[in-house]
Amino acid sequence: MLDQLTADATITAARPALETRGHARWVRVSHWLLTASILVLAFSGFVILMAHPRLYWGETGNDLTPALIELPISRNHRHGGWVDREPVGGPPSAISANRTYSIFNQNGWGRSLHFLAAWFVVGPGAFYLVAGLVSGHFRRHLWPRLRDSQPRILWAELVSHIRLRVPAATGGPDYGLLQKCAYCGVVFVAMPLAVLTGLAMSPTVAAAYPFLQGVLGGFQSARTIHFFSFVAIVLFAIAHVIMVIASGFRRQMRGMTLGR
Amino acid sequence: MKPGRLVTRRTALLAGVGATGGLFVPGYIKGLPPTYGHILRMGDNLTYSAQRILLPSRRAVREYSHKDISSFPAIGTTDPASPHIPNRSDEYGPLRKGGFADWRLSVEGLVARPGTYSLADLKRFPARTQITRHTCEEGWSAIAEWTGVPLARVLEAAGMLPTARWVNFRSFDQWADSIDLHDALHPQTLLAYGMNGRDLPVPHGAPVRLRVETQLGYKSMKFLQRIVVTDTFDDGGKNGNIQNGWSWYAGI
Repeated sequence: MLDQLTADATITAARPALETRGHARWVRVSHWLLTASILVLAFSGFVILMAHPRLYWGETGNDLTPALIELPISRNHRHGGWVDREPVGGPPSAISANRTYSIFNQNGWGRSLHFLAAWFVVGPGAFYLVAGLVSGHFRRHLWPRLRDSQPRILWAELVSHIRLRVPAATGGPDYGLLQKCAYCGVVFVAMPLAVLTGLAMSPTVAAAYPFLQGVLGGFQSARTIHFFSFVAIVLFAIAHVIMVIASGFRRQMRGMTLGR
Repeated sequence: MKPGRLVTRRTALLAGVGATGGLFVPGYIKGLPPTYGHILRMGDNLTYSAQRILLPSRRAVREYSHKDISSFPAIGTTDPASPHIPNRSDEYGPLRKGGFADWRLSVEGLVARPGTYSLADLKRFPARTQITRHTCEEGWSAIAEWTGVPLARVLEAAGMLPTARWVNFRSFDQWADSIDLHDALHPQTLLAYGMNGRDLPVPHGAPVRLRVETQLGYKSMKFLQRIVVTDTFDDGGKNGNIQNGWSWYAGI
C-alpha cells in the first residue's frame, strides 16, 4: 500500500493540473470522518464539562479547593451544598465535606460517547498522518515553504482574511501561507495535544505510562490543556467554515466530497 | 485503468474498515460485558479490550507523598442509614452505633473457603498503605492516603477457584458493581479501612471501601458488604452501572 501511495504521489506531482481538480480520495474520507468525530467530541466534551466546569493546575482540584478558571457553564446537576466541613488528616489545609441532596448526574453517556468518537479520531487520524507523510501531501501542500514564510506575507494574508477578501476556491489543495500555518497548527499541534492530554487523563494509561502526566504537569493540568486544545480546534473549525463560505461554498464542498 | 484511482479507493476502504470494523469485533470475544445492542456499550467494550490487549499489564499507579494529601469531597451516599435517601440501609445504623464490631464482610461464590471477615480479621492481614489520586468521573481529583489489605490477599485466603473471572461487590447503600481479575489482583487494589492515618470516616465509606486505583472513582465502592466471585458477568441489574447508563469499565 505504501509503495502504491508513493506511486500515486509521483503521478500527481507529474501532473500538477490534477491539484485543481479536488482533493485526493483519502484526504476526503479522512476529512469527513475526522469532522464528524470532532463535532461529536465537542458536543460530548461539553456535556462532560457541565458536571464540573472548573479547571485547575497540578494533580488535584475539586469543589473544596480554589479553581484556576471557573467556566461560565451551567451545571447539569444540582445539589444542596456542602456540610460538615472538617479536617481530613494530612496537611491542615486538607478538609472533607459532604455533598448533600446529590442528584445523580446523568453524564455517563456523554463520556461513553466521547470515547467512542475518540476512536474515530485516533483511527482515521493515524491513517491521515501516515498517508500524508508517505504520499508527500504534507510536504507539497501543507508545510509552509521556508522562502515564502515571511512575516510580511503572513500579515498581509491575515489582514485580507479578516476582511474576508480571500482568493476564489479552486477546490483543491493549493493553499496560501496563512492557510498552511492554520492547517499545520491543527494537524501537528492541537489535535495531537488533545489526544495526548486525553490519554493522560485515563487512570489505566497513566499507570502504564506515568511520564505522560509528568510531562503535562499532572492530571488537572492535562485536563486544562485538553480543554484549551479543543477550544483552539473549535475556533479553527469556525474560521475554516467562514473561509469556505467566503471563497465559494459550492466549489469547496464539491472539491472535498466529490473530489472534482 | 488509472492506477492512482485504484490506490485511493483501497486506502479509503482501509480507513473505513479500520475505524468501524474494530468497533464490532469485541462483541465476538467471549466473556465481555453485555452491550444489549447499545452502540455506547460497544464503544466501552472496544476501549476495555484495547487497553487490556495493548497496555503493559499491572503497572502501579503513581504514589504521592504526605504533603500532597488534599481536600476530599464526600459525594454520593455519605450515610447509608440516612432516612432521606431511597437506597438507605436498615442494618447500617446499628452496626455504626456498635463501632462496626458486628460488621462482617462476606466472601462467597467461586472460592474454596467461603466465609465472613470481621474488621479485626481484615486488619490481621499484612496491611498496605498508599497515597494515591482519586479521579472522579465529574472531572475533579483528590489525593488521600489509604490503608487496607490488598484484595488479592483476601481472595487468596478464601481460595479463589481457577474458573473465576469476575469479582462482584455489593454495598450497604445497595450498589452492585464488579471488576475483572486484572484489576482485582492489582497490588494497589485495596479493601481500605483507613484514610489519612485514621479509621475510614463514614462519608468516605466506613468501615471498609474498595480502592481500584486503575479506574475512575465510582469503581471504588464505599460501604462494602459482600464480595462474590463469579465466572460469568453480572451487570448488577437495576443497581449496577450498565442499566443506569454508565460504563462498567472506567479505566478509560
